[in-house]
Parts: sequence; C-alpha cells; structure tokens
Amino acid sequence: MYKLKLAIRYFLRRRITSLAVVAVALCVFIVVVVMTVMNGLVTEFRSKNHNFVGDCVISTDSLVGFPYYAEFIAELDKQNFVAATSGAIRSFGLLTQPNAEWNLGVEIMGINAADHIGATGFAKTLHYHALDPENVFIPSYNPTLAGCVVGIDLMPSQRNHSGEYYHNPNPPSYKLIISCFPLTPRGGLAKAGTDLVNTLSFSYSDDTQSGLVKVDGRVIYVSFEYAQKMCGMSGETPRISAIYVKFADGAALDESCDKVRQMWRDFVEANKTRRQAFLLENVSVQSWIENRRSTIGPMEKEQTMLTLLFAMLGIITVFVIFVVFYMIISHKSKDIGILRSIGVPGRGVVELFTWFAVIVGAIGAGIGAAAGCGVLVKANNIEDWLFATFGFQIWDRSIYAIGDIPNKIELHVLAVIILSAIAASVVGALVPSIQAARKRPADALQVNSL
Amino acid sequence: MTEILQAKDLHKSYKMGKSRLEVLKGLELCVNAGEFVAITGASGSGKSTLLHILGGLDTPDAGYVEFDGGRIDKFGAGQLNRFRNKMVGFVFQFYHLLDELNVLDNVVLPTMASVGSLGWLARRKRARKRAAELLEQFGLGERIKHKPYQLSGGERQRAAIARSLMNEPRLLLADEPTGNLDSETGNGILSVLQSLNRDGQSIVMVTHDERMAERAGRIIRLADGKIV
Repeated sequence: MYKLKLAIRYFLRRRITSLAVVAVALCVFIVVVVMTVMNGLVTEFRSKNHNFVGDCVISTDSLVGFPYYAEFIAELDKQNFVAATSGAIRSFGLLTQPNAEWNLGVEIMGINAADHIGATGFAKTLHYHALDPENVFIPSYNPTLAGCVVGIDLMPSQRNHSGEYYHNPNPPSYKLIISCFPLTPRGGLAKAGTDLVNTLSFSYSDDTQSGLVKVDGRVIYVSFEYAQKMCGMSGETPRISAIYVKFADGAALDESCDKVRQMWRDFVEANKTRRQAFLLENVSVQSWIENRRSTIGPMEKEQTMLTLLFAMLGIITVFVIFVVFYMIISHKSKDIGILRSIGVPGRGVVELFTWFAVIVGAIGAGIGAAAGCGVLVKANNIEDWLFATFGFQIWDRSIYAIGDIPNKIELHVLAVIILSAIAASVVGALVPSIQAARKRPADALQVNSL
Repeated sequence: MTEILQAKDLHKSYKMGKSRLEVLKGLELCVNAGEFVAITGASGSGKSTLLHILGGLDTPDAGYVEFDGGRIDKFGAGQLNRFRNKMVGFVFQFYHLLDELNVLDNVVLPTMASVGSLGWLARRKRARKRAAELLEQFGLGERIKHKPYQLSGGERQRAAIARSLMNEPRLLLADEPTGNLDSETGNGILSVLQSLNRDGQSIVMVTHDERMAERAGRIIRLADGKIV
C-alpha cells in the first residue's frame, strides 16, 4: 500500500515528472494522429483498389485478350462460392471531340454495367447514375445515344479552387470520339473488314471517381459490345481481356482464388486443342491484392517505414523517461535509504518506482491520446479553417485523390499505443530503480561520512 | 541481565583513493536488554559506521554481530528486512522523514511496509491509532497532519523517534539524535530517550557530545577503531 501511496505523492510533488509526462504525451499524440491518418489512408486506398477489381481477377496483359471466356464464366457462375462475375475489355485508344484538334491517349474499359456493378464496387464511384448504375451507359438527357463514363480527372473544370470535385445538377451533354486499335488473335493490326469499326462517337453519361489516380485520370468506360467491336475482339471467336469475380459472403479469399486457379488450369487443359488455345496460356488468376500489388505495395511500404520510425521514436521516449527517472531516483537516494532502514525490501523499492512509472505513463498516455483524438475528430475542420484562412491544405486535393482526412480512431490501436507507452515508461524506470534497490541502505542514506 | 546485542571482532575499512582507511579494528561490544548505551568518540572514529553495522544497514569486512543469539550476517534478505522492520528502530541525526508524507503517515510507515495491501486494510485502523498515540505521547498530537518541513528540528526528531518505536522494536539505535539541534531541544530529546529507557527500551546512542552521553546508563568510548 505504501508503494502506491508514495508513488502518487512523488508524482504530485516532483515537478521534473512533468517532463516525463510531456515526453510520453507528445509521443502518444504523434503516434495516435499519424498512425490513424496513415492507417486510414492505406485502408481507404486498399478498399478503393478492391472496389475497382472485385475479389479475383482472371486477366491477360496481352492487348489481344483471350477467347472461350463465356464458357469459363458459365462454369464460375455455377460455383456456390462465386457471387458475381463480369467480363471486361481493357485496351488503349485515342480520345477526341468532334471538330477538335486535340487527342488524348486513354485506357478503354468495356463492361456490361449490370454484371460489373455486381462483381466490383463500380456503382459506388458514379455520380449521376448512383441510383440506377445498370443504366450508366444511357445518358439521362437523351436515352437513345450511346453513353460513356469518363474518369473524373479527364473532365475539364470539374474541381473548385480548393481541389474539391463538384457536379452540375444535370449532366452536361457533349460528345466524345474514341478510336481503338483492333488486333487479330496473333497480335497484328486487323485489316479493314465489313464489320470492323475502330472509331465510335459516345455521349457523356456520367463520370467515375474511384479515388485511384491512374483510373480517374485515364479510363473511359463504354459498353462491352462497343469496346469488343472497336478492339477487334468480337467476331467468330470473341475475346475479352479480363474476368472480374466477386466471391460469396464468407468465402475465404485465398482459398477461393486457389479454387478459381484450379478451375482455370482444368479449363486450359480441356481446351488445349482448340484453335486459339495459345491465348489461354498467358492468362493469370490473381486475388485482388496480387493484382493491385504494384499500386498498393508502395503505400504499404511507406506505412511499414512509418511504423519503424515510430518504433525509433518509442526508443527515444524510453530513453527520455530513463533519464528523467534516473534524475528522480538519484534525488530520492535518501528516501530509498530510509525505506530500506525500516525494512522495505529491494523488491519493494523497485515496485514503488514501477508504480510511479505506471502513473507517469498512464497520465502521459491519457493526455496524449485525448489530445490526439481531439485533433483527429476536428482534423477536417482544422484543415478547412487552415485553407479558408491561409489557403493551406495538408494534402493538396489537386494532387492527392483523397476526400476527407481519414480520422476513424481504431479503439484496439489506441489501446495498444497507450499500453505500449505505459510499458515504455516502466522499462525506462526499471533500470535506475533496480540500481537504487541494489544499493546498501547505508550508502543510500549517504552515511559514508565517518 | 540478558544480552541483546553482541559485536565480535568487527573490522571495517573504506577505500580512500589508493589507500584504505581502517575505521574499525577488531571491535568488541555487548549490550544488555534494557540498557541505555552511549557510544562516543571523535569525529571520524567510526561511531556511525558501527551503529549501521549493528542495525544491519552495513556489513563489516570481518567479524559479526549477534542479535538475541542469532548472527545477522547469516540472515537471508527477507530475515534482514524483518530484523530492520521489527527488531530495531533507527533515529538519525537528520531525522530522515519522508517529505511527501505527513507526520502520521511517516510514523505509520514501518507497519505499512511490513504487511501487504490486504493486511494493511485489516491493520490500518489499529496502526493509525497507535501512531497517533505515540505522537500524542511525544507532544505532536496537534501536528499529525503537518508535513515534516512544517515542523521544527526538535519536533521532527520526536516524530522520527515515534516512527522508530512504531513496531515496538527490541532495540533503538540513535545516530547523533541531538547533533542537529540546539542544546535545549537536544536535552528534550534526551529526556524522551531516558523516559523510554526507564520503560524498558534498550537503546544504543552514538554521540560526540560528552554531556549528552553522560545521560546514558553506560558510556563506551571509541578511539582508533577500538573501544577504550
């Protein structure tokens, strides 16, 4: 009982302890704020990538695509672990407008809207067709026209001065001309034929804001049939570039991907004698994480780097606390001598200063966590105010594809940070208190004088 | 009379630069139960060192101390802590009260340190009552809530004596208890010690003041590391 009592009194009486409290509080504050924002950004970024491709992607890097896809999709649709599938054409093309003197290289994505919204999070990225995403290629101002969905960063004047996106109440009506490069199954340019169309005119129907810079700034969605025709993938043996798969709720990602992989191997084996079977060899089956690894990887690496940096910050905090405790305990030599002279064991001295460290750690961590949570809750208001007052944005929205600053506080992360801070305080206090406990009482009382 | 404390052939030296300074050179001492013994000697004669060895706060280089027939150098750590907590009580020249605690808590501390949290909850009331009675006995009944720095030197020393008696030790060891006090206050402290001794308390007191030493039942003079 005396240990806790004395630890509380030491805490209240020693001004130097405020230094240790401030060190812990600052460390916890920084870790809570930065880790929450960074975790939020990574989680959001992963989620955006997941939304873009669904759970599993069967695709080829070749612009030629692969054939016999309808049979494989039919096989997939029979599986109870598959919830939805969507075949897609992915290719490149040129974008221009009627009578315009400019053109722009873009990525063309041909999808069946109804299938694609089932297999991916495409519907969540739409604005004008948010409530009827299956009709996304039907312009609301003229349903008879062939519509297209444009990556939001391809749209001119779609951002205000602070970089935030805005939309007019009604979609603007303008035409876009898209030209593709139709390829033969062998990869040569398809020769002009009776049904070969490589340039088509589309009307703006909606825009897509996936939050992925490369998608929002380069991709134009058109309906599957048009894309297939423009890329030379229709005809007797139609081809596609990718199949996006969404698994049923509760289906494990890796396990389900393995099943699809096995199905694909069986499919390739069963079709190896067919005329265009060679195109099946270049097809890979990947989970969404593998498929988007090159995009997600750098951000995850950045997060790992930050975690390491904060681990180093933690070590510095432990050192600061160690120094503070060393000073406090050095000044408490007489008290330790008194306690030992009345029969307090060395273990009791260590426990006393451990309690002291727990109090310092808990109060410091509490203050830091409360301040961190406070700043996070108001992070977007603070940024708005900074922008309104000084024109300063923490993340320039004209560069970074983020909306609000992520500020969702994960309680288990907060608990780990607080417990780590308390543990760091105890570690910092342990060495000097063990040293003090090992002193002979006579030395601790500084009775070396004869 | 029963022997309570016996020191046999005590040797103690300190390193002073490259040489060693021998403070105790084969010292022999015997204290009987109920005795009030004063140890005197010149400054640097080893009085305080001897007292700390007798109370288990320090260890001799050679020789040993017997308390109630048991050698304290043979005590394990737990036994030694119990010996300091229950068998001896220390009074120091500079009082050595904890500034963070009030007078009552300082006095009650030895009992608090001897039991765990649950034990303390069971004994708390009784212990605080005894501490209050001791403080009342030493004229500090009105000062129990004061912090040590709010007391005079004499009051602090009386509080320190009260603390040393809290667990009813068999032996009181006082290291220059009047050394930091004016003569009138020092006389008051000596009166307290004499009164305790009359009630049967065994006391060993170290002092350089011959007049104070004369108020003890027996005087032992220390010179050149031995009793003369």
